[in-house]
Amino acid sequence: MNDAPLLTARGLSKHYGPRIGCEAVSFDLYEGEVLAVVGESGSGKSTLLKLLATETPPTAGSVHYRMRDGAVRDLFALTEAERRFLLRTDWGFVRQDAREGLRMSVSAGGNVGERLMAVGERHYGRIRGTAIDWLGRVEIDGDRIDDLPRDFSGGMRQRLQIARNLVTHPRLVFMDEPTSGLDVSVQARLLDLLRGLVAELGLAVIIVTHDLAVARLLSHRIMVMRHGRVIETGLTDQVLDDPSEAYTQLLVSSVLAA
Amino acid sequence: MTEPLVSLSGVAKSFTLHLRDGMRIRVVDNVSFAARPGECVVLGGPSGAGKSSILKMIYGNYRCDTGTIAVRDGAEIVDVAKAEPRRILALRAHVMGYVSQFLRVIPRVSALDIVAASAAESGLGRQDAWCRAERLLTLLNVPERLWSLPPGTFSGGEQQRVNIARGLAPDRPLLLLDEPTASLDAANRAVVVRLIEEKKKAGVAIVGIFHDEDVRDKVADRVIDMAAFATEKAA
Ligand SMILES: Nc1ncnc2c1ncn2[C@@H]1O[C@H](COP(=O)(O)OP(=O)(O)O)[C@@H](O)[C@H]1O
Ligand SMILES: Nc1ncnc2c1ncn2[C@@H]1O[C@H](COP(=O)(O)OP(=O)(O)O)[C@@H](O)[C@H]1O
Ligand SMILES: [Mg+2]
Ligand SMILES: [Mg+2]
Repeated sequence: MNDAPLLTARGLSKHYGPRIGCEAVSFDLYEGEVLAVVGESGSGKSTLLKLLATETPPTAGSVHYRMRDGAVRDLFALTEAERRFLLRTDWGFVRQDAREGLRMSVSAGGNVGERLMAVGERHYGRIRGTAIDWLGRVEIDGDRIDDLPRDFSGGMRQRLQIARNLVTHPRLVFMDEPTSGLDVSVQARLLDLLRGLVAELGLAVIIVTHDLAVARLLSHRIMVMRHGRVIETGLTDQVLDDPSEAYTQLLVSSVLAA
Repeated sequence: MTEPLVSLSGVAKSFTLHLRDGMRIRVVDNVSFAARPGECVVLGGPSGAGKSSILKMIYGNYRCDTGTIAVRDGAEIVDVAKAEPRRILALRAHVMGYVSQFLRVIPRVSALDIVAASAAESGLGRQDAWCRAERLLTLLNVPERLWSLPPGTFSGGEQQRVNIARGLAPDRPLLLLDEPTASLDAANRAVVVRLIEEKKKAGVAIVGIFHDEDVRDKVADRVIDMAAFATEKAA
């Protein structure tokens, strides 16, 4: 495993006019590391994720990323072609609302196959075979391959979204509240599945969640955000079992409903 | 004498409870001791003296206010009090294990898989991990018909024994034991004593807390009285 960080954020800020999205966020992320970003609604978690995934430009600060060839690149200075390459192959983005992460008018198999075609795979049989394999890995029956995600339950859609994202073997996956809005039992199964896949594939993950139980189960490290700033960070079980900031103690004591 | 596997020096711990007007609990002060390969150091003292907090600080689960916690990882010495999260996680994978009396149940994973996976984490091959899991579950009297089931529905005692099997399955040079034998019956306590003796013979350093005096007397090389680390309790 390479000992240089995969991703380095420094002084990352985003202002929406006079409003602060996030402010002066700095951290390093290493290969295989799962970082949870927690905090109540409006604390800037999604804004941070959008900045890191280059979906929106920062007001200040930088993000550097180590490409597959080892070169470290400034993410906001990439060409559009380089950026697209990252988004389609080296990264995944699992969204809370599966409708934003899937193509709802394309079959389940098509949703998975599309990402493969984006990396140059052209052989129909192989694409279909890989799609069936990945549907199986996320516990979707192969005989649903030609069905539309529209006909899937919430939990199944989320699992399909995960398959679509992981099929290209990305090194880094962004997740924004991937289990929110699902029934508790469906959540538990999805978390189980995510945990297994993340460990098996050695993925680096930045997962935004307001649910500390999700953070505890999936992440190695936590950043607590409040009013756009990171107020506490550390090993996940340390932050949750021995929180030092007043706000983190409040979050952990679950006085705050997010 | 061989170098210690863990060595604490000048360690202090307090909690500041912000939700209770910033009330400060001073738990321990100036904690200094070491444990060497093959040695079992037992922390003795009344409930609330800070024994568990010390184990949790060594494991990186609690922060410490001051002092150093030097853990030996091969040729390298790592100060847990200042180490990066990923360095602590690497120590947990290869160097230090932690066993409490409580099993954190993972849904849908069988008892045997839990124990075997734990053994494999420290680098044991698949087959060896499997054999060791079977041996430990057998020794700890977990009925074979339960092995293929997730422990969520087991009795408290059965869960506790699965947890001990899981904690003792891996080969790691440093073992932290937080009352693993609490509420076990005499027969199972004797099994745990035997397993701890095996670990010591294999050169494992142990820092432990044992409620039962008979267990403590059998496994301890040294008992450290927590009174030595007491703070002035006045808030
Ligand atoms: N596109 C936007 N335009 C204006 N303000 C925004 C926009 N997106 C987010 N914000 C504001 O930025 C702050 C952080 O929001 P967000 O990053 O969505 O937080 P979280 O994901 O933690 O709920 C909030 O005050 C929010 O209202
Ligand atoms: N996470 C925590 N937050 C606040 N106080 C704690 C925490 N953990 C332990 N304490 C307090 O620290 C003191 C020592 O506890 P502990 O280390 O569990 O002692 P022992 O294991 O000797 O019984 C107790 O007063 C306990 O309430
Ligand atoms: Mg959000
Ligand atoms: Mg205790």
